[in-house]
Amino acid sequence: MTKGLPLRALPALTLLAMLGPVAAGLWGTVLPAFGHFPVAGQSGPSLDPIRHLLDWPGLGKAIWLSVFTGVTATVVSLGLVVLITAGWWGTRTFRALERILSPLLSVPHAAAAFGLAFLIAPSGWFARIASPVLTGWDRPPDWLIVNDPWGLSLVAGLVAKEVPFLLLMTLAALGQSDGTRGLRVAQALGYGRLTGWVKCVFPRVYAQIRLPVFVVLAFGMSVVDVAVILGPSTPPPLSVQILRWMNDPDLSQRLTAAAGALLQLALVLGTLGVWILAERAIGAAGRRWTARGGRGRFETGLRWIGFVTGGASAIAVLAGLSGLVVWSFAGFWAFPDALPGGFGLRNWNRHWPGITDAFTDTAVVALVSAGLALALVIGCLEAETRSGRTLTRRGLWLLYLPLLVPQTAFLPGLQTLLLSLGADRGLGPVIAAHLVFVLPYVFLSLGDPWRAWDQRNARVAASLGATPAAVLWRVRLPMLLRPILTAVAVGVAVSVGQYLPTLLIGGGRVATLTTEAVALASGGDRRAIGVYAVAQTAAALLPFAAALAIPALMWRNRRGLHG
Amino acid sequence: MDKGMTLRNLRITRDGQPLVGLDRAIAAGEVLTVMGPSGVGKSTLLAAITGTLGPAFKCSGEIWLDGHEISNAAPHERRVGILFQDDLLFPHLSVAENLAFGLRPGGSRTQRRAQIDAALSEIDLDGFADRDPATLSGGQKARVALMRMLLSEPCALLLDEAFSGLDAALREQMRTLVFERAKARSLPVLMVTHDTEDAAAAGGDVIRLG
Repeated sequence: MTKGLPLRALPALTLLAMLGPVAAGLWGTVLPAFGHFPVAGQSGPSLDPIRHLLDWPGLGKAIWLSVFTGVTATVVSLGLVVLITAGWWGTRTFRALERILSPLLSVPHAAAAFGLAFLIAPSGWFARIASPVLTGWDRPPDWLIVNDPWGLSLVAGLVAKEVPFLLLMTLAALGQSDGTRGLRVAQALGYGRLTGWVKCVFPRVYAQIRLPVFVVLAFGMSVVDVAVILGPSTPPPLSVQILRWMNDPDLSQRLTAAAGALLQLALVLGTLGVWILAERAIGAAGRRWTARGGRGRFETGLRWIGFVTGGASAIAVLAGLSGLVVWSFAGFWAFPDALPGGFGLRNWNRHWPGITDAFTDTAVVALVSAGLALALVIGCLEAETRSGRTLTRRGLWLLYLPLLVPQTAFLPGLQTLLLSLGADRGLGPVIAAHLVFVLPYVFLSLGDPWRAWDQRNARVAASLGATPAAVLWRVRLPMLLRPILTAVAVGVAVSVGQYLPTLLIGGGRVATLTTEAVALASGGDRRAIGVYAVAQTAAALLPFAAALAIPALMWRNRRGLHG
Repeated sequence: MDKGMTLRNLRITRDGQPLVGLDRAIAAGEVLTVMGPSGVGKSTLLAAITGTLGPAFKCSGEIWLDGHEISNAAPHERRVGILFQDDLLFPHLSVAENLAFGLRPGGSRTQRRAQIDAALSEIDLDGFADRDPATLSGGQKARVALMRMLLSEPCALLLDEAFSGLDAALREQMRTLVFERAKARSLPVLMVTHDTEDAAAAGGDVIRLG
């Protein structure tokens, strides 16, 4: 990395690693969607796959479910984050909420969804705690709460995970937008805290969290693992149906899957377009609202709605995780009892061989993809430092692009492509696919602390005779050890949580804790699910513990590095 | 070889607009003070000499140091030492490791250790080798920063508001120490400051910008 040329090539290489698979996957989707699929003996072009897709009786409902759940989850998550931040930002209550919400960011989606399912199902923890005293039930009622036809529990599962994400993005944006003084001015002019924040600080914040909001929308419309666990099944949302077609033993169904993937892409792009139009309309309405000069009404009520809902969503995830732990150690557990009759290691012993196998694959894929991502990101940031050119707006869009193109739109095509190249084996392709999603998050995580580092340290080191490479290795990287390890932990957590890339690109032969856990969803063996989901959560959280512990140990005698 | 630093028609522009310029020779052991309000480009002038101008800036003219032209040399090859208002000791290194970072390469481990111990005792910090820099007082940190810079054997010294962060008594002490060491090593010194007392203590010529 000391030579100029390879370092300058790293940004291009990073873009290739991130966008190459997306482009290849989309290409590999278009061909079979129009009937060209030599592996299954089909050569196009033809409109048959699209005809098959349109002939599927569940199509209308599946489309409606994807749009409804995605948009609702995004609106509710964003609304909650605004209520919490506008109502409580800068208070002790806000710090408490922030403290219980932020660790939830790294809990894998699947584990959070399982936890929620175990909580709200008719035979779940809530029903058990309330029965029989409050409800009079001595057997679970025959209600369809989880997998409800409207997808409401799917929305709840998404909201519980997206609120921490958007909250963290909002906090980062607040740090750069001088919100404190803006709010103080508004309050001095007689505005209530909530109204003042929404009228005066939110517009700047939204401009900065716009791309993350788009990510939440695209993700919510196309998620597979959470939808398998919490979503309706007859018919399922479009993304789950695409996966079913992909897994069909009849290879020709992959053509239908490809047509579905194109439809999924069009749906997400169309919805994003409508969202952007809505942004304009709401912006204009907001301007008129601001110009009317109202100082705020219903402030107290709205603040408490934000507090209670935000707290409830955090507690739901935490209680859900506790439920998973309890089930993983549970012996016999009769219905209305609040706790199992006995605890033991039986479930863990039974699944231990499977857990260790899956853990090995999980760890190898996660550590290699996070390590590669870190090397590329540090290379890009160092190239940025040395050239003095910072990331442009267009660059930021490119960074978010892999998170905006729905996974179900390009991963089927990527798998089809790898299949026809005969390169669909082993961990390599899976690692490359994970890298697509790990890279943006590692970049976003490390970018801000990297740029916030006092550049005068580099000037001093250079004036002492240190080469640019020495400045990087001996000064900058050691001083940034903590954010670097945090970025690796973020990368590992992202990789651990990946379901679709592992399943599709691994061709079913790479079994991680996530694919194993989600595969158990339909079976309903709560003890097995508990064991796998707890192991999955631990795999995602342990690196964060390490990211805290390692710098604390290494720099235990260096007070200047304990921010 | 003619000792000292010469800025020959040095001109700095920002986005094409002229910002600041200087055409001066600073003899070995001389202190030149540049004064002016903030935003006039004093620090930019120093960045041009250390070779660390931002991409928006362009610089023309020549910089000569001890008979070599360094205008196009890489920052780490210029042998120009600089002290800022903050000590900027590296927080992950001990006091001795900070000094060793500055000390020119060469010599055995024991020799280097001995040089560092001697340097510590020169600034009245015997026994501070293994200390965490964050546990030092402001004056102690400033002395370590000065010594770290001197150990790198610079051929010129730049001071960027170097005394502004210290309280009055320490300031006096630090000024004396820095100017003494610079004179003892016959270093040309270029100081930018907004404080007239700094200028008076330096005793050399004063240039006002802006």
